[in-house]
Parts: sequence; structure tokens; C-alpha cells
Amino acid sequence: MAGVKFEQAMARLEAIVGELENGDLPLDESLKIFEEGIRLSRNCLKVLEDAERKVEVLVQDTNGKKQLRAFTSDDIDVQGSAEDS
Amino acid sequence: MVRASLETDFAEVWLEGEISNLRAPGSGHLYCTLKDQTSQIRAVIFRSAAVRLRFGLEEGLQVVAKGRLSVYEPRGEYQVILDHLEPKGRGALQLAFEQLKRRLEAEGLFDVEGKQSLPAFPRTVGIVTSPTGAAVRDLITVLHRRCPILSIIIAPVPVQGAGSAEQIAAAIQALNRLGVVDVIIVGRGGGSSEDLWSFNEETVVRAIAASRVPIVSAVGHETDVTLADFAADVRAATPSAAAELVAPVLTEIVERLGMLTARCQQAMTSQCLEQHQRLDLLLAHMGNIRFRILKEAQRVDGAVAGMREAVRAHLKQAMVNAQTWTHALRSKSPVLHVRQDLLIVPQLRSRVIAAMNHSLKRKTQHTHAYLGRLKGLSPLAILDRGYGILETMPGGQIIRDAGQVSVGEEILARLARGQIRCTVEEVRLDPSV
Repeated sequence: MAGVKFEQAMARLEAIVGELENGDLPLDESLKIFEEGIRLSRNCLKVLEDAERKVEVLVQDTNGKKQLRAFTSDDIDVQGSAEDS
Repeated sequence: MVRASLETDFAEVWLEGEISNLRAPGSGHLYCTLKDQTSQIRAVIFRSAAVRLRFGLEEGLQVVAKGRLSVYEPRGEYQVILDHLEPKGRGALQLAFEQLKRRLEAEGLFDVEGKQSLPAFPRTVGIVTSPTGAAVRDLITVLHRRCPILSIIIAPVPVQGAGSAEQIAAAIQALNRLGVVDVIIVGRGGGSSEDLWSFNEETVVRAIAASRVPIVSAVGHETDVTLADFAADVRAATPSAAAELVAPVLTEIVERLGMLTARCQQAMTSQCLEQHQRLDLLLAHMGNIRFRILKEAQRVDGAVAGMREAVRAHLKQAMVNAQTWTHALRSKSPVLHVRQDLLIVPQLRSRVIAAMNHSLKRKTQHTHAYLGRLKGLSPLAILDRGYGILETMPGGQIIRDAGQVSVGEEILARLARGQIRCTVEEVRLDPSV
């Protein structure tokens, strides 16, 4: 659910930009939310940079428990085509 | 015998008609009357045949049915035992689809209010589909092309055939339970309506409707519509389309983030500048005020100087007046008078002295005159003439009577020139000389 936080951060950043561009806030408050905006921006960028691309498969092991394991190209190719396209 | 004859002669009959008087008792067998405009016949569908029906029988439904004739012996009525029914004019699947759709719709499973919006920036996408089809490849390709940093969790399921519906539903529930999935794509590639049937199954539709994670359905091609599509939060025409709906374009996000950051800085900078200008303006304004104050101060100084001048002039005049008055007063001063009068004093004095002297002189002359005359009267003058004066000694009393002295006493005789000490020899009290 990390995506939710990122979304909130972006939404907050957008709101901050809106408020700053409105220019209705007193300078000290502007500075406060400006700092918050820059912090959010850095955090968002960090999230994007740190995110790793991965593909996993949710499989059922012998106990009937669901487990995640890395997805390989074998997963597509080995089993025959049960489905057309 | 009748029954045997009927069952052999009419082992397979086809009928067409409307279902009425439908009854479904607990036995699982179905009873009804098939009728058209002119005739009717009692019909029974035994349980074994009833469970194979893809659709539900309804009152008034026009059907094409296959069966055999028989006799219900307790009543002596003949009836048709149906083993296959098709809705007239459309497929059984189509009818089943419509019937289930109506039912689930009435339950609110497709309500717009229940729809969740897709996350704008999902980190983890769940996929429920066959691991072997083209669909999963397309999904992964498109998802990662748009957003290379997406995490993808595939829940592999058979998407057609017996038991596939249950597995699809279970996979949706399993992805929900993982707790890390932001959005789920449920779907498969194209196929016949039979192939896609699992996505019309009630269990799948309910699993989709119940999912807490937003679901995008992507079943078959654009023209294929399944009940899963109605239950899903968003329907995508194809798996590729679903991937595009779900995955944001990373470069766009980065660009947007950059833009937002830049706008943030721009807005802050411009506000700072604006405030700076305001400050400058205020300072300039204050300068003006200062100038005005200086001018006013100058005026005040002028006024004060004028006032001082006026006061000074006034004072001066007053002083002059005062001096005049003082002068006037002084000239009328008693001291002056006294002093003036005092000047007369020495004159008076000298006049007094002169007068005195004169008087004195005159008196002296008078005195001298008197003295001259007195001298004649003086005993001394008498003495000059040869008289002497006797005086007691001591005592100096003038002896006028012989009785004043006794014999033996010394007396002093004053003469005109010198004195004589005498001793009384004899006292004669005889007045005659």
C-alpha cells in the first residue's frame, strides 16, 4: 500500500503549490509550507528512485499455503497454452 | 400398456411453448405446463436434468424443449418428461447471463456508489489471469513499459473450464489478504463466450464486488461483456488497456514532480520578491514621511523662532516700560527726596553754626560787658579796693558774724592778692565797729 502514501504526498505537494501560487498566505506560513513541499518532493523522488522493479508469482505450496516467489520467463513458457488469445 | 406404447412411439418429441404453472418442490424436480395459444401439456423436468440447465426457468418463458411422452399413472394423465430446454430465440447462456445479472444487480453488486477509484500511483499491481496466455505477457510488458518501477504479483489461475471460477475468486481473495497490493487486474485474452463464461460465474462476480483492493476487469476483447466487468471498479476493454489504465507513466510522474517542485520554488521566490518590493515601497514611503516630518519640524522651528522673537520683542518692550516706570518711580523715590533734603542739611548746619557763632559772639560780648559790670560788683573788685574776706578754716565759709568763730580757731583772710592765715585772738560780739 506504499502507493497510497506516495499519492497523498503528491496530492499534498499539489495543494502546497496551489496555496503558494495563490499568494494569500503570510510570508512565514508560505515559508513553512514551502519547506514541507520541498521535503515532500525529495521524499517522492526518493520513493521513485528506490523502487525496484520486480515480478512475483503467488503460488500455493504443498501445505496449501500461498507464497510469493520470483517470476521467471519459465512461468510463461513451460506450461502449455491452456488459453488461446 | 398405454405408457409403454407412448414411451416407445414418442421417445423423442420436440415442443415449443410458454412455461406456466411452474412449481419447484424440495425434491429438485420441476413441474410446469407448456402451452401455446391453442393447446397445453403437463411437463416434468427431473432433478438430473434440472441441474444441467444453464438458465433458470421462469413463468412465461418461451422455450424449445426436447423430451419423451409418458403417463402419470396415479392420475391417468399423460405428460412430457423434458431432458433438454433452450430459451426460444436466444442461447441458454445468454438467458442465464441476463438472469444472474438481474439478480446481482438487484442485490446492489453493480452499484456505482460501491465503485472504488483507482490509485494514481500504485506501487504493487496484482494480476489474476492465466500464467500461460498472451494476456499476462501483454500486461507485464505494458505495465513495465509505462512504469518500470512497478511491482507485479501474479496470481496464476486457469481462466476457463471446471473449477476455474472458484480459483479466480480465491486468487482475488488471496491478493487482498497480502495487504501490499494497490490494484488488481482480473482478466484473460479473447475467446468464445463459452470460454469467457467463468467471468460470469456468481462466485467470481461476488469476489470482485467484495474486494477491498480496487479491481480492473479485462476479459476478452472490446465487444465481450461479462458480469465481472459490471462488478469491477473499472472495466478495461482488453488486458493491455487495463495495464494502461492502472500504470501511470513514470517519466510523466517524474516530470510532474519536477514541475511541482519548480512551481513551488517559483511561487516562493516570487512571494519573497513581492514582499521585498513591498518593503522597499514602505521604506520609500517612510522616507517621504520623514521628509514631511522634517519640513514640519522646520515650520515648527520657524514658528518657535517667530514666537521667541515675538516674546523677546514683548519682553523688550516690557523692559523698556519697566525701565521707564522704574525711572519714573525712582524719580519719585522718597530716597531721592531724602537725599535732596539731606543736601540742605550741611547748609542748614553751617547756617545754624553761623547763627550760633553769631549769637555766641554776641552773648560773649554781652557777657564781657556784664563781666565788666560784674567785675565792679565782684568781691574781688571789693578786695581790690582793700577789703578782705574771712573764711572759716576749714570750711571756707564766709564769716559774716563774729559768733561764727571761736578764739583759737584759724581763719583765712582772702585779700585782693594772696591770703592770710589768722588766729582768732578775741571775739567781740558787739555790732558796732
